[in-house]
Amino acid sequence: MRRVVWLLFCREWRLAWRRPGDLLNPLVFFALVVSLFPLAVGPEPSMLRSMAPGVIWVAALLATLLSLDGLFRSDYDDGSLEQWVLSPHPLALMVLVKVLHHWLLSGLAMVLLAPLFGLMLALPLSSLPVLVLTLLLGTPVLSLLGAVGAALTVGLKSGGVLLALLILPLYIPVLILGTGAMDAALQGMPVTGYALWLGCLAMLALSLAPIAIAAGLRIGVSE
Amino acid sequence: MNNLADMLAMDGHGVYVWSSYAITLVVLALNVVQPWLARRRLVNEEARRRRREVK
Amino acid sequence: MNWSFFHKLGSPKWFHDISGRWLPWFAVAGVLLLSVGSVWGLFFAPEDYQQGNSFRIIYIHVPAAFVAQSCYMMLAVAGIVSLVWRMKLADVALKCAAPIGAWMTFVALLTGAIWGKPTWGTYWVWDARLTSMLILLFLYFGIIALGQAISNRETSAKATAVLAIVGVVNIPIIKYSVDWWNTLHQPATFKITEKPAMPVEMWLPLLLMVLGFYALFTVSLLMRMRLEVLRREHKTRWVREVLEKSS
Repeated sequence: MRRVVWLLFCREWRLAWRRPGDLLNPLVFFALVVSLFPLAVGPEPSMLRSMAPGVIWVAALLATLLSLDGLFRSDYDDGSLEQWVLSPHPLALMVLVKVLHHWLLSGLAMVLLAPLFGLMLALPLSSLPVLVLTLLLGTPVLSLLGAVGAALTVGLKSGGVLLALLILPLYIPVLILGTGAMDAALQGMPVTGYALWLGCLAMLALSLAPIAIAAGLRIGVSE
Repeated sequence: MNNLADMLAMDGHGVYVWSSYAITLVVLALNVVQPWLARRRLVNEEARRRRREVK
Repeated sequence: MNWSFFHKLGSPKWFHDISGRWLPWFAVAGVLLLSVGSVWGLFFAPEDYQQGNSFRIIYIHVPAAFVAQSCYMMLAVAGIVSLVWRMKLADVALKCAAPIGAWMTFVALLTGAIWGKPTWGTYWVWDARLTSMLILLFLYFGIIALGQAISNRETSAKATAVLAIVGVVNIPIIKYSVDWWNTLHQPATFKITEKPAMPVEMWLPLLLMVLGFYALFTVSLLMRMRLEVLRREHKTRWVREVLEKSS
């Protein structure tokens, strides 16, 4: 079992690095969206600071959705998805490996970039660790929930908009918790409660989402 | 409520109350009429198809 | 427990026959309940001392909201039945109920917004109730959009079933986080429904309206399901006979 997980991980890794564009594009999108806001509302630091948590989180949501759109598509097209569904290994586990690998290359990258954007949006240095922590806990949830949507739409050509329509409502609790934590940090209040709740959501997503993703893939493949 | 004018005005809130009730009535009616019309259309299509078959 | 009822439910023809007999009763009940309820609520229920006559919108807003929320629960239950027992009728129920639920959510939102103008002075406030309703509307749109995007009927049914179940699991989480977000950002929370101690003259018409809305929801659902069943079983003899008799 461990061997299968490791092999799967290596396969995903190698496939990902063959198309570096797929890895970079969501990050550039993230940066672009964040940069649009000062252009739209003006560079006044106090306003940027009050908007910063929301802007960074919404940009992260959208960038995650964008990167997830084709998560299963290439596997679906070349038939390897069918092999996964038919294999004796638990589909939920294989799916978990795939999604976590995806998170390592996208969500984690956003977590590392976020402090930079935070500074660009006039966030004080002291709030940046909270930003990193909440994104660290929240982005896996985003990846996992988004993968549920990607699995349900796996055969469709309708693109990312349908995926966004399906998944964005489900992202709202993470958004509320993440931005709530940032607001608390900006006011100097403790964020442990928020972090714990985000952790809860992460645990819930880690345990339940793979089941839904596997169900979605089975449905998509059986067509 | 003394007379029709009072009823319509509802102490100045008439616009809000009556527009809410009107919109709701329209939506409820829509949800009942539309399936009924669609069923009629299905019946008519079937009748047309049968006539074509006979010919 | 009489399991034969469930076996019979698997038969579209049986469903069509029996729903045809129940439909007129639900329709009559619905129209009666709504007429009595609205007349009572509009003209005879006492005025609210704070909100005046605009509070009468409650007689539409609350029933619509109830139906909207319970319809989504129904979608999830239909989804589970469809996936676990592979009952085609559950697929049909899910597909047909979703648009009605969306309409009810829309009515709840619209009447809530209209009610807001005389009460708070603005047509829209991001309070917990309205925001949750808005998110519910998006969830409905998601199910409807996914259902229409997948052309294969069985795949579409299964995918929307999974989505409905995922949605229903998320609804409490969304509800709590929105409630809590609201307390963070608005110190004074506005309650749309009256405090629990509503006098009988006020909540009795509300009860009638709620029952009437459910009755008409059932009417619309049964009508749509019957139509869908006729379409699906189009080539069978019993459908041909039904259509012939109706023309």
